Amino acid sequence: MKDRLHPYVLAALAGIFGVLVVATLAVWLVGRLRPQLDLGEMRARIRSWWIMAMAFAVAMVLTRKISLVFFAFVSFLALKEYLSLIPTRRADRSVLLIAYLSIPIQYLWIGMESYGMFIVFIPVYVFLLLPMRMVLIGETAGFLRSVGTLHWGLMATVFSISHVAYLLVLPSRVNPLGGGAALVLYLVFLTQANDVAQFLWGKSLGRHPVVPTVSPNKTWEGLLGGVGTTVVLGLVLARWLTPFNLREAAAATLLIGFGGFIGDIVISALKRDLGIKDSGTLLPGHGGILDRIDSLTYTAPLFFHYTYYLHA
Amino acid sequence: MQSLFFWLVVRPMVLVVIGLNVRHRERLPSGREGGGAPAIVVANHNSHLDTVVLMTLMPSRLLHRVRPVAAADYFLRNRVLAWFARAIMGIIPIERRGREPGADPLAAVSQALDRGEIVILFPEGTRGEPERLAAFKSGVAHLARRHPRVPVIPIFMHGLGKTLPRGSLVPVPFFCDVFVGEALHGLEDYKAFMADLTGRMQQLAGEGTFPPWE
Repeated sequence: MKDRLHPYVLAALAGIFGVLVVATLAVWLVGRLRPQLDLGEMRARIRSWWIMAMAFAVAMVLTRKISLVFFAFVSFLALKEYLSLIPTRRADRSVLLIAYLSIPIQYLWIGMESYGMFIVFIPVYVFLLLPMRMVLIGETAGFLRSVGTLHWGLMATVFSISHVAYLLVLPSRVNPLGGGAALVLYLVFLTQANDVAQFLWGKSLGRHPVVPTVSPNKTWEGLLGGVGTTVVLGLVLARWLTPFNLREAAAATLLIGFGGFIGDIVISALKRDLGIKDSGTLLPGHGGILDRIDSLTYTAPLFFHYTYYLHA
Repeated sequence: MQSLFFWLVVRPMVLVVIGLNVRHRERLPSGREGGGAPAIVVANHNSHLDTVVLMTLMPSRLLHRVRPVAAADYFLRNRVLAWFARAIMGIIPIERRGREPGADPLAAVSQALDRGEIVILFPEGTRGEPERLAAFKSGVAHLARRHPRVPVIPIFMHGLGKTLPRGSLVPVPFFCDVFVGEALHGLEDYKAFMADLTGRMQQLAGEGTFPPWE
């Protein structure tokens, strides 16, 4: 066991499973009452939620090292999915290997609590290294597209996501009550709840699309209803899981609500550009891993730096 | 030995480094077809990884019955490789060229089918240019004609040629697609069979959208 998880953290984990139990029962009940509805997609989605929640809970409850390896693995899967979707060049094989190699190194900085290296490694050193390796190989056709798409992918799947992991190693004075683990739970739970809430509000009331050319299913009703739900949830949970007062918590939840929306439509735009519907098939009912962590690519760095600025 | 290698090395690597998206896995032999049902699995060939991935698709209790057909001149060229190819991969070596006139190149494959084994064939004959489908050689049609009751299962794979193309030693992780087609059976008219097989393969290839890789 690591520096003993605070009871609030364990309670929050239990709460996540409580929500899943309720969702599972609700879908079961709807299936009994209205057997004509096709709930296969819904069932698959909830089954995937169970698996994700269990993997996440196990990673959080065991040692800090295991938590970091878990988030590194999430980054790896996301980067692999991204590189499998975009056009790549055969000449860049070794460049892609360097990109993959940057994942363990980035998470190593976090394990060493080296904030400086964590924050500059990918935006500066990897940014300088990848084009250097590419020009030394000498293939210039498609150079700009290749180096641009590769670094964007690393920023989204490795740099952004690794902010979740850095919350775990923040000094305990940042969040005296529940520590970094509580902040991770707060961020991840609210980000995912925000996705679900926006989906449900949009499904039931959605009329006016926000960005019809990118994602016609994303409506103002869904966005505002979802963000409202997230703010309420976040204000309630902030007492136990964060160091925020009410005003700080309100701003943090708005950041998560709107940031999550933008992360979602950014990945939607990427998929639309590539002419695909789902980013993969890893999570039945959801699509690929990018479909699941799209919002987190925005909320993780935004929430991290907000917390870091106010309390570190 | 073989199953140990597959459980400890191949399956973890396929799961973590590669990651497969398999469509229609139920069309593959499951071992429930009744004792020792033979099959001919036909796939496009891009990488050394093709064979091991195909072998992991079927239940592990069938592993000892799965026999990849492989070029003797390549896989038996030295003793270490020959041992690995025979003992671990269980290949059926065939001569690509320089055969005795009149000798039947597919005799060993026929015998394997008679024993109820599942044979893996790459009708392109070589890995060739990665991620480009080359014309199929007609050996598979003659084999299927000789065994008209054995199902021929076409499989289209994409991505393994990017992960480990010909001439590379270090794999670069990519998710890979494996689309299993519906079985067909041997015909007297081998040209009609080849046309059918090629058509199904192209149809399977059309099921996915693949980003360019050049």
